[in-house]
Amino acid sequence: MKRMWAVMKRELAGYFTSPVAYVFIVIFLLLCGFFTFSIGRFYEIGQADLRAFFEWHPWIFLFLVPSVGMRLWADERRDGTIELILTLPVSLSELIVGKFLAAWIFLGSALALTFPIIITVGYLGEPDFGAILTGYIGSLLLAGSYLSVGCMTSSLTRSQVISFVLTVVICLFLLLAGWPPVTDFLSGWAPAWLISVVEGFSFMHHFADMERGVLDIRDLIYYLSVMGFMLLANGVILQSRRSS
Amino acid sequence: MIEVKELTKRFGQKLAVDGISFRVGKGEVLGFLGPNAAGKSTTMRMITGFLPPSSGTASVGGFDIIEESLEARRRIGYLPENAPAYPDMTVTAFLDFIAEIRGFAGKIKRARVGETLDKCFLTDVRYQPVSTLSKGYNQRVCFAQAIIHDPEYLIMDEPTDGLDPNQKHEVRSMIRDMARDKTIILSTHNLEEVDVVCTRVIIIASGKIVADKTPLELKTLSDFHGAACFTVCAPEPGGILSEMAGLHGVKDVIKVREDSGRITLRAIPSDPSVPVAEMIMRFCLDRGFTLENMKIEEGRLDDVFRQITRSDIPAVQN
Repeated sequence: MKRMWAVMKRELAGYFTSPVAYVFIVIFLLLCGFFTFSIGRFYEIGQADLRAFFEWHPWIFLFLVPSVGMRLWADERRDGTIELILTLPVSLSELIVGKFLAAWIFLGSALALTFPIIITVGYLGEPDFGAILTGYIGSLLLAGSYLSVGCMTSSLTRSQVISFVLTVVICLFLLLAGWPPVTDFLSGWAPAWLISVVEGFSFMHHFADMERGVLDIRDLIYYLSVMGFMLLANGVILQSRRSS
Repeated sequence: MIEVKELTKRFGQKLAVDGISFRVGKGEVLGFLGPNAAGKSTTMRMITGFLPPSSGTASVGGFDIIEESLEARRRIGYLPENAPAYPDMTVTAFLDFIAEIRGFAGKIKRARVGETLDKCFLTDVRYQPVSTLSKGYNQRVCFAQAIIHDPEYLIMDEPTDGLDPNQKHEVRSMIRDMARDKTIILSTHNLEEVDVVCTRVIIIASGKIVADKTPLELKTLSDFHGAACFTVCAPEPGGILSEMAGLHGVKDVIKVREDSGRITLRAIPSDPSVPVAEMIMRFCLDRGFTLENMKIEEGRLDDVFRQITRSDIPAVQN
């Protein structure tokens, strides 16, 4: 536990000692603002909720989260420090979870910096703060799921670029699986159970409920199992790449 | 004690390490020698738990490297090849991190880090990011990382690589100081280093151990072991060579250098028991030559190294 803490602290400090963190946060906030107000038409809709804000998160995260996860293992490999870290008395799971948590906390802090939007909507009307909280939880879980994919792809390669591209593709695939055009395409010929399975794999499908303010245990389980699976895959990849 | 049992590593078709076994005890400094790609680093990586062996195992202080990997790793300090360290961290932050992983906290941690910084002459650069350091400093940062927890077992892959002669000297004397109460394995290409720090040498070629001896024993394998190198002042130095070669008990005489009126020769005895020094002195006395200097050679490690690792069939089996 203590060692996981040490790994997490080091990784988190790594984000903030490089300009990456600040560039990321600024771009994230700019994009959030742009999508919410210009494309989501926050003012024109005239509703005191944050759906116009959360609606775009799957797309903004799609391109930003992979850039946070890509360095986690690829850098260790490139700098050769992987040999150092894997021979220290720290277990693989402590390393994986420590790194993941550090990146997730970083994403959480970027998300927390969108707080002015809550103040805005609170000033303009009487929003349902419970729904907003649920929206944030959903957003954080979504970011964590993308990130877990990023961790996994990062352990595959020493190149950050490859990790980035792979993560975007995998996440895009998981996003689009529940997108109406895709499910419509399937509905013509596929049996109903297959459609619901494909839809069930989609980030979109599970995000939609939370965006509306519904916290369903099934969505929670979905996100946690995506993260669990990806981090497990991360461990398996590290183990097997070590022996070759 | 580090005990290596039938350690084998295969990379696809290639057999990198082929059933290596040896034991190293406390107070020993074991030097790994061998040509590049002989399997030195791979063996070290298996002992430290970085690479899982294809077969065989090793134990460190009684802890199996596969079954009780964490316990074994806790006791080892490891300096990997090329001395990796996190480039964006400062030296202090890096050592703090290693100390935390090694289970130190609070005051004890600070004391450990401070002490190690001093020991490795890193105090001047303590707040510099690792990426801005020169190769010598970088090497010492990684060395510091390996000794911060005062490990019983120290494994170092080319610890003096990239250091200047002064730094090499410092690192070597540090290793020698630590050797008393530790078990040390190091690999090197530097044969002089073997002579200075190692109490025992294992030569590896193509994944197999081809020699396991003390540096002195190794030198006795050299053709020049027991040879006398001497300089004679003589009016006609040319004749001496053939005359010496005819002496009984002298296998060969090689001319090292010839100046006006003096010649430096190396006489190789046919047997180490031949009193070659005495013979040369008598030879010069009889003929009235002045013997300027003479030195009995121990033998040269680089010759032995070449002799052992070059041939396809191992020249020496232990």
